[in-house]
Amino acid sequence: MIRLEKRTQPSGYWTALSPILAVGLTMIVGGFMFWALGKPPVEAIRTIFWDPLFHPQFADYSRPQLLVKAGPLILIAIGLSIGFRAGIWNIGAEGQYIMGAVSGAAVGLAFYPSQSVLLFPLMVFAGALGGWAWAMIPAVLKTRFGTNEILVSLMLVYVAENILASASAGWLRNPEGMGFPGSRNFKQWSAVYNAELLTGTGMHWGVAAAFIAVIAAYVMMARHIQGFNVRLTGEAPLAARFSGVSPAWIVFLCLGVSGGLAGLAGLFEVTGPAGQVSIDFGSGYGFTAIIVAFLGRLNPFGILAAGLLMALTYIGGELAQLMLGLPGASIQLFQGMLLFFLLATDVFTNYRVRMLRREAA
Amino acid sequence: MDPVLLVASIMVSATPILLAALGEMVVEKSGVLNLGVEGMMITGAVMGFAIAVTSGSPLMGFAGAAVSGAVLSLAFGFLTQYLLSNQVATGLGLTLVGLGLSALIGSHYEGQRAPALGKLDMPLLSDIPMLGRMLLSHDIMVYVSLALVAAVWAFLKYTRAGLILRAVGEDHASAHALGYKVVRVRMAAIAFGGACAGMGGAYVSLVRVPQWTEGMTAGAGWIALAIVVFASWRAFGVLIGAYLFGGVTVIQLNLQAAGTTVPVELLSMSPYLITIIVLVIISARGVQGAPASLGRSFHASS
Repeated sequence: MIRLEKRTQPSGYWTALSPILAVGLTMIVGGFMFWALGKPPVEAIRTIFWDPLFHPQFADYSRPQLLVKAGPLILIAIGLSIGFRAGIWNIGAEGQYIMGAVSGAAVGLAFYPSQSVLLFPLMVFAGALGGWAWAMIPAVLKTRFGTNEILVSLMLVYVAENILASASAGWLRNPEGMGFPGSRNFKQWSAVYNAELLTGTGMHWGVAAAFIAVIAAYVMMARHIQGFNVRLTGEAPLAARFSGVSPAWIVFLCLGVSGGLAGLAGLFEVTGPAGQVSIDFGSGYGFTAIIVAFLGRLNPFGILAAGLLMALTYIGGELAQLMLGLPGASIQLFQGMLLFFLLATDVFTNYRVRMLRREAA
Repeated sequence: MDPVLLVASIMVSATPILLAALGEMVVEKSGVLNLGVEGMMITGAVMGFAIAVTSGSPLMGFAGAAVSGAVLSLAFGFLTQYLLSNQVATGLGLTLVGLGLSALIGSHYEGQRAPALGKLDMPLLSDIPMLGRMLLSHDIMVYVSLALVAAVWAFLKYTRAGLILRAVGEDHASAHALGYKVVRVRMAAIAFGGACAGMGGAYVSLVRVPQWTEGMTAGAGWIALAIVVFASWRAFGVLIGAYLFGGVTVIQLNLQAAGTTVPVELLSMSPYLITIIVLVIISARGVQGAPASLGRSFHASS
């Protein structure tokens, strides 16, 4: 008979090992899935995890894409992880990401065709503000009325998607776009185009912001009293309250930071890789970032690694689609399975597995 | 517009959410919060559609959807009940898996049409003017969902098994001490919730639309979760919530079709906004009737 014994403290060894185990399991089960789809399993896994980095022909194109995709994922996941540590579940990052992009783009387009150097910083600010404001809705409702933040933040994703649709087809539509939906293209507007900072690396301002966020989050969570209060609220809410931590403040802090970072990610994406406000701008980064946050163990440096890995599956997935005709949706399933296996293997982090022999009566 | 048609279409549009919310209510009554309703619904939608198209029988489709929803929910159950994973995170994971799985399976079925689920015309009754066509001329799943409301209500209120399920949800430690198998009761509730969500999803793809498009449940599973809160965990409250919500959906769709001056986007976001407003009103009044052990993992120490 197998018994689980609760550990007094999560095992540090298993905290690091379980994501690796989960990735391995996902590769094995994913391989079977590809095989069931009639694709060569080993080749498919290699195409996803190896070829984007080392393929002689494609790697030059796909390597910079790694940072392009990882940037927003890391930026959003860092914000989410702070909330998850405190037991505050913002799962509407996708909506905050969209609202950041729409509000930042709207502020910028209001000044078109200004070439002022101040415009881009202003847009960045507006983007963060848009995401922050969108996250403040569940925060205010939770602290004022006790409304569940999970459901409200998620409902607001659908609201944001409709705002995005109306922006791209209506009030932000390119007046010179022959009536086609979609805003002006930021790539053709040098003052605000979020171009690569170092040619051939994929590094743009959003990626730089993601790296800064990783370090800032590490300092906050490990060294600053606010980070301590966040962790305390998550692990022992009563102790936190007795020591004078205001639960409402923690809600505002966690949702505000995650909303602001998601808004930033949206702004950098719309002015950079996406290039314009369009109906299909919301690409699911806000949801994938949830997986990134957990895969990175809610730890800033872990999230950095997890974001890069998840970006790899995006790029590898596209490559596998191209080379092996693998359906695009299989990557989505692959990413979902990864979270599932991670949560399953986490049992070893929190519990000790004991084999018991049945005692003779 | 024609009130007969209006009521009839409200019933059709409410049924998927009614089924999913009713299942989730039973799950939550047992003390488990499964946030994966959306994932189970969309999987039910695609599996139901695929099976109905292949077999030519919509009822087979519903059965298949129920089974696939239950299987998926048991994966959630295994993780949360046996491996003691966090219920919120696992539920989210279930939704992400379901969305991916459904998109993968569904790509073969896009653009096809589902075999129609016949209306269940009752002799004489369906011929009653107004009322007959309004309430008594629907497909069988509408009646199944209504019967299920009554069945769940009676089960929870009058049966021994229902009492045990509620006990497990209110205080799992005491229930365990009394000798009830907390984990097994919860696994059964989770499977029931999965089956209901699967059928609800199949109703979207087989009756309401009726074809398969990716992500077609469009948040219905999340709205079902909100309706459980709205209903204060009571079966007839779920019925009222689902039908109110169905009403809002039908009215906004009709307004869109009628081409009013209200922007289309505002109309299509209105169901979600109204859900938020309702949640706020409920929580401001004080959420009542939540099972005391809701969302907490159970680990027997002896």
